[in-house]
Amino acid sequence: MSEKSRFAGDDNKLDRIRSDWEPRIIGFACNWCTYAGADLAGVSRIKYPPNVRIIRLMCTGRIDPLFILKAFFEGIDGILIGGCHPGDCHYKSGNHKAQRRIILTRRLVGQFGIEPERIHLEWISASEGERFARVVMEFTNMIRSLGPNPIGRSRNGG
Amino acid sequence: MARIGVYVCHCGVNIASTVDVERVTDKIKECHSVVIARNYPYMCSDPGQELIIKDIKQFGLDRIVVAACSPRMHENTFRRVCQSAGVNPYCFDMTNIREQCSWVHDSREEATAKAIDLVRSSLSRATLLEPLIVDEVSVTPAALVIGGGIAGIQAALDIADAGFQVYLVEREPSIGGHMAQLDKTFPTLDCSACILTPKMVDVAQHPKIELLTYSEVEEINGFIGNYRVLIRKKARYVDMDKCTGCGICAENCRMNGRVDSQFDLKLSKRSAIYVPFPQAVPMKYTVDKDNCLFLTRGKCGKVPACQESCPADAVDFTQKDSYIELDVGTIVVATGFEVFDVERKPELAYSYYDNVITGLEFERIVSASGPTRGNIEINGKEPKRVVFIQCVGSRDKNLGNPWCSRVCCMYAVKQAHLIKDRIPDASVTILYMDMRCFGKGFEEFYDRVRSEGVVFRRAIGSEIYRKGDGLVVRAEDTFLGKTVEIEADLVVLSAGIEPGDGTIDMARILKLARTPDGFLMEAHPKLRPVDTYVDGVFLAGCCQSPKDIPDTVAQAKAAAASAIIPMSMGKVKIEPIRAVVNDQICCGCRTCESVCEYNATEFDEEKGVMTVNSAICKGCGSCSGACASGAIKIYHYTDQQIMAQITALSESLCEE
Repeated sequence: MSEKSRFAGDDNKLDRIRSDWEPRIIGFACNWCTYAGADLAGVSRIKYPPNVRIIRLMCTGRIDPLFILKAFFEGIDGILIGGCHPGDCHYKSGNHKAQRRIILTRRLVGQFGIEPERIHLEWISASEGERFARVVMEFTNMIRSLGPNPIGRSRNGG
Repeated sequence: MARIGVYVCHCGVNIASTVDVERVTDKIKECHSVVIARNYPYMCSDPGQELIIKDIKQFGLDRIVVAACSPRMHENTFRRVCQSAGVNPYCFDMTNIREQCSWVHDSREEATAKAIDLVRSSLSRATLLEPLIVDEVSVTPAALVIGGGIAGIQAALDIADAGFQVYLVEREPSIGGHMAQLDKTFPTLDCSACILTPKMVDVAQHPKIELLTYSEVEEINGFIGNYRVLIRKKARYVDMDKCTGCGICAENCRMNGRVDSQFDLKLSKRSAIYVPFPQAVPMKYTVDKDNCLFLTRGKCGKVPACQESCPADAVDFTQKDSYIELDVGTIVVATGFEVFDVERKPELAYSYYDNVITGLEFERIVSASGPTRGNIEINGKEPKRVVFIQCVGSRDKNLGNPWCSRVCCMYAVKQAHLIKDRIPDASVTILYMDMRCFGKGFEEFYDRVRSEGVVFRRAIGSEIYRKGDGLVVRAEDTFLGKTVEIEADLVVLSAGIEPGDGTIDMARILKLARTPDGFLMEAHPKLRPVDTYVDGVFLAGCCQSPKDIPDTVAQAKAAAASAIIPMSMGKVKIEPIRAVVNDQICCGCRTCESVCEYNATEFDEEKGVMTVNSAICKGCGSCSGACASGAIKIYHYTDQQIMAQITALSESLCEE
């Protein structure tokens, strides 16, 4: 991995990034539903904004709240979590466990001054390519209107 | 330190036209641990795979990253490549820069930046990947076939002929499915019953097939090779061993001639104790609990007439639903379809006029064993003017059914032929959107029926209303661009095919994905058309998509062959993605126990820590997400691996 430190005191670069700031979003997608739905969006050539970078997991139940806190601490602006619809989870109920954890995590990050809306959970099935694209677009726009993650900003000296 | 090789695929122009693969390769070359980074037009091709094998040997690589299509497509391909060159298949990671990058973004700049991020994320994960040993499990040499239509019948026969035990489950009292309701089959005009019933008898007599009719699959647990199935055998109120199928009970039933026959689509009446049709397999009677006087009102004379008259003493009203459990290695889903409910198009007035019928109803009417003994007549009158309306419930976006049902064109052509055959002076008009006669012998049959005087008119039927004794079909002629009105004595609605309730139930029970049309999703539309993403579960027939009988039989044979492979191998490899507890860290709080759906965790009383039974664990990771101590590791999805990806993705914040 490149070891460059964040902004490295380069004020010009910092300014430039602020002026054309783009939301950086991590998506956690379960292998069976949402990841397949994202693949279907691709196969169907449905366009959506490029701001979300997906990390594939077997199940949203795998998501440890620490993953989300870590991402915000590192300066990520939003977390999009996609799992199977209720009743469709490949592992019976991993999605429900994720849902409960996400509710708590949202309350937790609120106390740190991070808008809870920056964490979003959506049920997207393997057949919902169009919906995946729409959710990415709407979430990206929402994060754009919220602006950069306040924790990331302060760490960046802003 | 890891020695990583990175390969960026052009996928012809699929990736390279949107993602600057050269730039991705150059950027990645600078990264830590990367020994070699290349790009190549088709990584999945033979030379592409050879490239990796050569590099592994030449540079001593121990980790491989391929940035190409979705891992759902080629992860296994490249795992095999790694293995063949001596690198553990789990030391490979695949970056999806096609489905989730080049195909969904327009801007070359943005797509390239995203691709670089994604490859870096993979790289950071790759450095932490651990070699894993693939477990082998034995396969129970028995298969479950769900659905007793022609697809399920064919699959069951093939699997049983290969020497494996088959359990064929059908929710209706008889096997046969929709094919049993058809009269002739297109384009060869074979009698449907004549080609189907011998197969039904074969199923009943096969020593390797256990037929479970009037039964429903309630629950399926386990994994490939080791599924456990819970089946509910619905109470028939007839002792299967005693019933001889003589039919005396039905003749004596007080409801005789008063219950709608579902098999004849309510065009004829039957008793409350019945067999669906004369060639039913098994030839055993069933009490229809919704219409039986004794079961609905608690009273049917002094003694129920069926019970009193049965010479074999087979009627037994004390029967209850019973449950059985089966162990099987593989599963074929063949749950079929349902015909589109034409009442959802009220403008076609199906529910108002007796002489507006569906294509399947026409099959019953024209069938020699049907309610009119094969005479084409409506209310006792022979129709002289017949109009077919095509694509009812197919190719209709307003209804949410955009798909083509693939059989309606041909069954309408066949039915038009049968009308011309029985009533030579009848005028027959088919109103179509497009005639799709794509199969073997279809076009020739269509030509023949045209030459018989059937009129094909490119028009969309929009309304049906009564005029005198007859009907008027109002339609939009799409060649003339104007509205036309056609008089008719009989209108046949060529209703399409929809996924049925049984298919939707199976999707839920087996966690099978469905395509946007609601049919079950195959693992790959081209290359794995009978597989699903649930290992050991295969698809046959119309539960996967609408298809005709030859295609259904072909797919059933394919599904049977696929189901036989793991059973004849006797062993299958399963993914080693499992949870393991670090007993040095575990505090024994037992939180994981409460979240595990599979009861795979067990408390070690002596040490005061949890343990995971890796034979039961499925590797979902719920326990790991819940563990407050961080004591549970999920192989291949460890905290460190995921955290490294998060860090890699956020670091790119400061890049360019």
